[in-house]
Amino acid sequence: MISRYESIIITTLCKLLIPVIQLYGLYVIMHGHSSPGGGFQGGVILGASFILLVISHGLDEVKKRMSEKLNTIFCSFGLLIYAGLGVLALIFGGNYLDYGHLPIPVTIAEARYLGILGIEIGVGITVMAVMISIFLDISSVGEQE
Amino acid sequence: MRFLNFILVAIAGGILIYSTVDMPPWADPSSPASVHVSPRYIEKTLEETATPNVVTSVLADYRGYDTLGETTVIFTAGMCCILLLRRVSKR
Repeated sequence: MISRYESIIITTLCKLLIPVIQLYGLYVIMHGHSSPGGGFQGGVILGASFILLVISHGLDEVKKRMSEKLNTIFCSFGLLIYAGLGVLALIFGGNYLDYGHLPIPVTIAEARYLGILGIEIGVGITVMAVMISIFLDISSVGEQE
Repeated sequence: MRFLNFILVAIAGGILIYSTVDMPPWADPSSPASVHVSPRYIEKTLEETATPNVVTSVLADYRGYDTLGETTVIFTAGMCCILLLRRVSKR
């Protein structure tokens, strides 16, 4: 069980740093189309920001913001977005995961662009939730809230 | 026994080093990996997916099944950690 770190320097610094890290994680996910990055990397950065919050502010603070139940839902929700986009393309007359057939009123190339963005978001959510879930389970010695 | 292990490792390493002799030279444009599907991905990716980053379009579009499998592996790892580590209290 990790409790709040008793140092005002560390808690204040982490409070300032964590929003920036999370913003950078979102940037890495959304900007994967034209620069290095994508769902896996951005998800890991988002998960690392929550791990920093556990280390600096204690376990209870994180469980207030991201409960274990919500976290487990996020784990499956990201994968659901990914597989669901594939099934949506299947329903609208394409192959599985063929984003060109998604029902978006743009050209096929742009529909593929948006499909890639959608699955990157799904991958990011899953990776973030799995990282937080594993770290919470280890650091709380398996005790549920 | 230790000497036998050393000989086995040396033979395995020797086979691996011998197999690198046949590999194509570094950055050879006519190597098998560079003439099969790579040129098509590099030429058509902007026109077909409107994505400037070839790595992203190959990862998420052309090889979408592969990435779906990778995500499933991560998801399964998380679920296994929950099953193994979390103690559910019976109220």
